[in-house]
Amino acid sequence: MAKVSMTVNGKTVSGEVEGRTLLVDFLRSDLRLTGTHVGCDTSQCGACTVHVDGIAVKSCTMLAAEADGAHVATIEGQAAADGTLNALQQAFQDHHGLQCGFCTPGMVMAAADLLKNNPKPSEAEVRHHLEGNICRCTGYHNIVKAIMAASGQDVSQIAAE
Amino acid sequence: MPKDSGIGASSKRREDVRFLTGNGNYTDDINIYGQTHVYFLRSDVAHGRIKNIDTSAAEAMPGVVRIFTGADFEGIGSIPCGWQITDRHGQPMQEPAHPVLAIGKVRHVGDPIAAVVAESLAEARDAAEALNVDIEELPAVVDMKAAVKDGATKVHDDLTSNLCYDWGFVEDNKGAVDEAIKSAAHVTTLELVNNRLVANPMEPRVAVGDYNRSNDEHTLYTTSQNPHVIRLLMGAFVLGIPEHKLRVVAPDVGGGFGTKIFHYAEEAFCTFAAKAVNRPVKWTASRSEAFMSDAHGRDHVTKIELALDADNNFTAVRTETYANMGAYLSTFAPSVPTWLHGTLMAGNYKTPLVYVNVKAVFTNTVPVDAYRGAGRPEATYQLERVIDKAARELGVDPIKLRRQNFITEFPYATPVAVEYDTGDYPATMDKLEEIADLSGFEARRKASEAKGKLRGLGVNCYIEACGIAPSNLVGQLGARAGLYDAATVRVNATGSISVMVGAHSHGQGHETAFPQVVAEMLGIDESMIDIVHGDSSKIPFGMGTYGSRSIAVCGSAMVRATEKIINKAKKIASHLLEASEADIELKNGQFTVAGTDKSVAWGDVTLAAYVPHNYPLEDIEPGLEETAFYDPSNFTYPSGAYACEVEVDPDTGKVTIERFSAADDFGNVINPMIVTGQVHGGIGQGIGQALLENCSYDENGQLLSASYMDYAMPRASDVPFFTVDHSCQTPCTHNPLGVKGCGEAGAIGSPPAVVNAVVDALQSGGHKNVTHIDMPCSPSRVWAAMNG
Repeated sequence: MAKVSMTVNGKTVSGEVEGRTLLVDFLRSDLRLTGTHVGCDTSQCGACTVHVDGIAVKSCTMLAAEADGAHVATIEGQAAADGTLNALQQAFQDHHGLQCGFCTPGMVMAAADLLKNNPKPSEAEVRHHLEGNICRCTGYHNIVKAIMAASGQDVSQIAAE
Repeated sequence: MPKDSGIGASSKRREDVRFLTGNGNYTDDINIYGQTHVYFLRSDVAHGRIKNIDTSAAEAMPGVVRIFTGADFEGIGSIPCGWQITDRHGQPMQEPAHPVLAIGKVRHVGDPIAAVVAESLAEARDAAEALNVDIEELPAVVDMKAAVKDGATKVHDDLTSNLCYDWGFVEDNKGAVDEAIKSAAHVTTLELVNNRLVANPMEPRVAVGDYNRSNDEHTLYTTSQNPHVIRLLMGAFVLGIPEHKLRVVAPDVGGGFGTKIFHYAEEAFCTFAAKAVNRPVKWTASRSEAFMSDAHGRDHVTKIELALDADNNFTAVRTETYANMGAYLSTFAPSVPTWLHGTLMAGNYKTPLVYVNVKAVFTNTVPVDAYRGAGRPEATYQLERVIDKAARELGVDPIKLRRQNFITEFPYATPVAVEYDTGDYPATMDKLEEIADLSGFEARRKASEAKGKLRGLGVNCYIEACGIAPSNLVGQLGARAGLYDAATVRVNATGSISVMVGAHSHGQGHETAFPQVVAEMLGIDESMIDIVHGDSSKIPFGMGTYGSRSIAVCGSAMVRATEKIINKAKKIASHLLEASEADIELKNGQFTVAGTDKSVAWGDVTLAAYVPHNYPLEDIEPGLEETAFYDPSNFTYPSGAYACEVEVDPDTGKVTIERFSAADDFGNVINPMIVTGQVHGGIGQGIGQALLENCSYDENGQLLSASYMDYAMPRASDVPFFTVDHSCQTPCTHNPLGVKGCGEAGAIGSPPAVVNAVVDALQSGGHKNVTHIDMPCSPSRVWAAMNG
């Protein structure tokens, strides 16, 4: 067992982990931050996407011990303290960018990473950036639309509803 | 102007806030004090005899609580099948036992052999590696046609063969169909495969069993689309737990697509083991486990013949299908290739004679059951592909050929025993031609050709039967359950409302759409109404969500219960207003006396019901809560027309979807935003089937596509924006909302559109010998077709 400590959503946390403990398991099981999800076991689906030191990371690809001392951001830290959704989260609701909600935390974290580095992405750039995040419900239509809307682009010409 | 609330409004989804902030409550998020974890040791061979299981080394491993094998389940019930098919000769299907843990034999890769319950998942997994299992590997049967040959290895030693049933429909029409095909002016024949798929909801299955020894109560938290179905099947048939001692909870569920309808062995195991070890037992599937234990979908091998007269009228359809059941019968598996498939073989067309033969076959593969569309995509695919092929053979326009044969008068009794209540197939085709800009296709084709690409257009229609189903009818057809649904409308004293529904929402947005209906009926704000679902201890006995039935069946129950509420509230209002009940009107949340300015507000009436000081207690009970069960009198029949345009790279065979358009008729629509989203998702899955997805076994029964490294899920870059329209609305005539259901349409209508388009592209490139490519139309298959 090793002791780890890190900053998660602005709070300092610490815990004892086995060497094999994945960051996602530390977040979900030790910190009870269950918004980060596990959808596969081959680092393909992206449901576990979080930010580590400002970069989108699949938290199933990283050991908790590797995140020792890091700044981690998860879906739980994205809304304002009073619960108000941030612009990206609000765009997902406004444009029906989620259905079952299981891939959604990873989608939001991946999209936030995109918009940070590319504030006005094209449709093709959004789709390319999301290749590591699988959604089974939406056909991606409204996810792409929501991300483009959150970037301030006019999406009214993209098909209805 | 679009409405901003009630029926027809695109109300934003209220469930989104918890999902967008990480506050969803999925089954894996549930942790109970003292819980243990179970790891299932699964067979790595497709077929084998278990000679010995030595658990001694594993039992000595750290953290192990108890190890279970099939021997612990001797005398426990078999995982039941919910539908019995009667074959062509009047005999019941062959129905093998399906033990919770393998007894004697393993029959597919992934069949659970032993279960290790330990303090942690890691310890359970470590101990499972120390299990010493001696299995004598047996030859596996994988190919369906080989499986039914004389002398084939049997999946189940106690059955007479691997043939589950040989079903004919409509058997009495067989001779007439054969004769019509023999005497037809033209017959088009097509042999095709409807590829095996894995539903892959993004949330893997999870089960948590909990047991309270002090009152002998069991609770199962599970990723289910229908908690009451699980309670019934598991309680009554497997574990023998009476309903009042068994609570089944399906909290937030991360997608289902059919595969979370069924009762699975892991649910029974966790419920059983929680009592045996007297601690909660939790199981969370890994994705690899999901691939080898979730029921798969499709997997039909079909020959279809379409007969036409000299004027190109369809005169008969004859099909022969081999349908894979896998190693055991999953809950609704036998119904999928039969009643959910054969009854749709008339499609949108007035073909007078149809005969469908289905041979269901056991193989050493994961069980196959309903996946989004369930039987109807298989029917639509073969019919719409053979029509396209016929049009090409006859040199006629494929849209014109369809239009010429459309059913145009309703109600319409098909030759396959269903009655379509409403529809307008020319209207959806007109709408499709408009939204897909089909008149601009030739210009787009030239533009593609100028880039060195082949462009193809594929168009097709679909019809489906939703809102399953009239209980007395499905009972005659072999269903072992009723298929009604139920809702309880509980009006609280201050006028807010909780509606307890049997339907389950796992992406469909019921928590938003259902209140829109009640709000519309009562004239109150949607925010005053909440939906309660997913917990058998809170909701009335309903059959859950599948077959696009939620709003058509459960929504109808909710309407009936709300009507009872209105009737009683009017009685209370008439007392408060000192007027005749017949004169009371409810509008905008106010009860008024017709022709006067006397009124009483909704909240005053509801308060009177619970504080009945001034109340007609001699005539009516206090309180305001009503339940209704609704059993539909027919299926509903959504229909539509879809168009796909693809570009094919002639150098690589890669297919790109350039445009996709869908014109659907869902009858009345409650929330257009949600309905559009359902169609988007269905199209995404249909494109996945047509271009990418394939569940693949080798000849030894090894599952080759057991991870997202090997099973090609559609990604954002594989699909374009879709153009979706549902303005053609012919309301259902037999349910109170006039709704038809929209959940599966996209997955049913899109695969033939894609394949029609791919074939069209290749034809346009001069590959005149290419009349069909089996799904998925992967680059290698398309390239081989062009260069074959």
